[in-house]
Amino acid sequence: MSFWHFLQLNWPELLLLVRQHIVLVFISILVAVTIGVPVGILLTRYRALRGPVLGIANVMQTIPSLALFGFLIPLPFIGGIGSRSALVALVLYSLLPIIRNTVTGILGVEPSVREAAVAMGMTDGQVLRQVELPLAMGVIVTGIRVATVIAVGVTTIAAAVGAGGLGVYIFRGLRQYDNNLLLAGAVSAAVLALAADFFLGLIERQFSFEAKRRAGLSKIALVAGIVLVIVAGGFALWRGGESESNSAALQGRVSIGSKDFTESALLAEIMAQLLESRGVAVERRFELGGNLPHEALVNGTLDLYPEYTGTSYTAILHHAPMGDPRAVYEQVKQEYASQFKVEVSPPLGFENTFAILVRGADARKLNLKTISDAAPNTSQWRAGFGQDFMSRADGYPGFSKTYGLKFAAVREMDLSLTYIALSSRQVDLIAGNSTEGRIATLDLFQLADDRHYFPPYEAVYLVRQDSLARVPALREVLSKLAGAISTDEMRRLNYEIDGKKRDSKEVVKEWLRSRGL
Amino acid sequence: MGRPRSAAPTITPVKTPLVQFQNVNFALSNANIISNLNLTVEQGETLVLLGESGCGKTTTLKLVNRLLTPTSGEVHVEGKSTTAWDPIALRRRIGYVIQEGGLFPHFTIARNVGLVPALAGWEQPRITERVRELLSLVGLDPERFAERYPRELSGGQRQRVGVARALAADPPLLLLDEPFGALDPLTRASLQREFADLTSRLGKTAILVTHDVREALILARRIGLMHKGQLLLLETPERFLASDNPQVRAYLDTLKIDDRGGKQ
Repeated sequence: MSFWHFLQLNWPELLLLVRQHIVLVFISILVAVTIGVPVGILLTRYRALRGPVLGIANVMQTIPSLALFGFLIPLPFIGGIGSRSALVALVLYSLLPIIRNTVTGILGVEPSVREAAVAMGMTDGQVLRQVELPLAMGVIVTGIRVATVIAVGVTTIAAAVGAGGLGVYIFRGLRQYDNNLLLAGAVSAAVLALAADFFLGLIERQFSFEAKRRAGLSKIALVAGIVLVIVAGGFALWRGGESESNSAALQGRVSIGSKDFTESALLAEIMAQLLESRGVAVERRFELGGNLPHEALVNGTLDLYPEYTGTSYTAILHHAPMGDPRAVYEQVKQEYASQFKVEVSPPLGFENTFAILVRGADARKLNLKTISDAAPNTSQWRAGFGQDFMSRADGYPGFSKTYGLKFAAVREMDLSLTYIALSSRQVDLIAGNSTEGRIATLDLFQLADDRHYFPPYEAVYLVRQDSLARVPALREVLSKLAGAISTDEMRRLNYEIDGKKRDSKEVVKEWLRSRGL
Repeated sequence: MGRPRSAAPTITPVKTPLVQFQNVNFALSNANIISNLNLTVEQGETLVLLGESGCGKTTTLKLVNRLLTPTSGEVHVEGKSTTAWDPIALRRRIGYVIQEGGLFPHFTIARNVGLVPALAGWEQPRITERVRELLSLVGLDPERFAERYPRELSGGQRQRVGVARALAADPPLLLLDEPFGALDPLTRASLQREFADLTSRLGKTAILVTHDVREALILARRIGLMHKGQLLLLETPERFLASDNPQVRAYLDTLKIDDRGGKQ
């Protein structure tokens, strides 16, 4: 599909993401200016505070954005998934340039001018309002400009915590190896950043005194610039407000989450459409990174999300990996009920376990069927594993020990990139997902887990008990979905989206219809 | 007004002195900037503080309008210690002119000149009228200059604006810190003359700081010579010229070199 064609098909969604992006940036910069400028002024009055405050703001900015989002998730009031923690993080990032430039701008006012102001009998407030701030304004606006451009960039990361914005396309594009998505997300973000830079540059120029000669014209340009920024922000806010919502529970909606990969989003979409067809209002908070869906489910932001029993068993409940699917399921069900007041649905019928993959050509040439077959070759192989696989209890350490694997190199990378890394011969073995649609399209071969190292990963929905009580339709839908999706079917659905780049809503609608659901 | 005042033998102390330094010391991080300064400035006189850079003459000025307060001793303005004054009220009674004018680059000339009246809450028509009057007084055509910005003026013009701003609210006292320092000799000479005329015409009291002995001789009714934070002597220009104080002689020698002996 050409990029142009992609845009024609997807421009409503793209516009929505652009709007979310602008709202996030606009609000966070607004808040950061409201906090940052007064703090900056304060620092020019109390020299002793300058070091510590600027130091803290500096440290804030050095925290990698994904990590900062991670810290915020579990915090009450300011954290959680969605736009709130994204806004908090964005404000923290924006503060430094704004505070620093306010301080620099005010301290940069020529001493003779400040002295004259004091000597004329101005009060401190008059010096600040009539002399220091007007003269520092150019530098302060530069700070706001820098902060805004940074915020446009950082906001792309905010998609990982479910705040929306253009990062949704970028993350999805990475996952699905879809250049159109990547381009649409990245180019739009770049255009936004350039546009923000340009318009704030216009405003900034009005505060330099060279421009004062053209006072008449420049005032119009200044007013126009400011009005434009406010209107754009206000419009985005107003329109954005329609899709924003508060606590799902308060509004009688069901808030459905998903992890940040195609299959999880697909299972979440299936649930969403089934509920909608039964007249239940649904809020989609898909594509949440890491353990966010679990955190959000436990704190009540989400009502349900699709999960795999093995993941719950090892990553959440911290048990040592175990081979028996039945036992794992029962244990998870019981502990979730008692620990989290969360119910585990009947298994959906397929497993998404780690699939140890090699190139199909290698498998045929070396006649490889199982992981044990491949073990002798691994000393010359480079392996590529997702961060998840490297760190989890049923991941790399146990895996390499069980099969006695010694790789020439082990590369840790984004899971969605490992498939393409394998097929393009950057690495020679990866641990993918067994239901990954690209296994067939990229001609990859899954080696059998002949020593039964990987625990069972049966797909289920995790649902809060109070949500079940509140929305009766939930239980009916869950029972309908029990055993309804086979592994082959899941792989095919994944391929429809990842391989054929089709819209997941359509794919789900079609599948539901074909199954008479 | 002609040449340096030919005779100023008796300054009759009619009223209380306008400014009085009483045993004033000023130290910054234990370094003495001003040591035991005693000085009286009479109504209507122009007192010039002369000295090389770092001698404490600018500090002395700032002690008057309370940009600085003495470490010990007291500075009295109109009979009241500066520390007893509300600093804002005190400063609004004192015009202040600094080198390069210290004009606000983001204000028009009119707004710069009308600043203190505006702070004092005058009505806008009265301010506008006063600004026109003052610009004319310092020799700038209000029609041409009122709406310009300081950047668009020459150094001499800015200096005139600085003087106009200091005079705006008709303060009884003017402080001038090297007001003509950065100007070319011709502009400087003409501004000095005009300033001398202006202060005598308006009856202003002025304390002016300079390192230029010629300027001191032209403008001063009395010259205070400062050195390393101390007032070495305080004399009329005539007695200053006759003094055998070595510092004074050193200053007057520079004058000889400058004028190739013409002055004497």
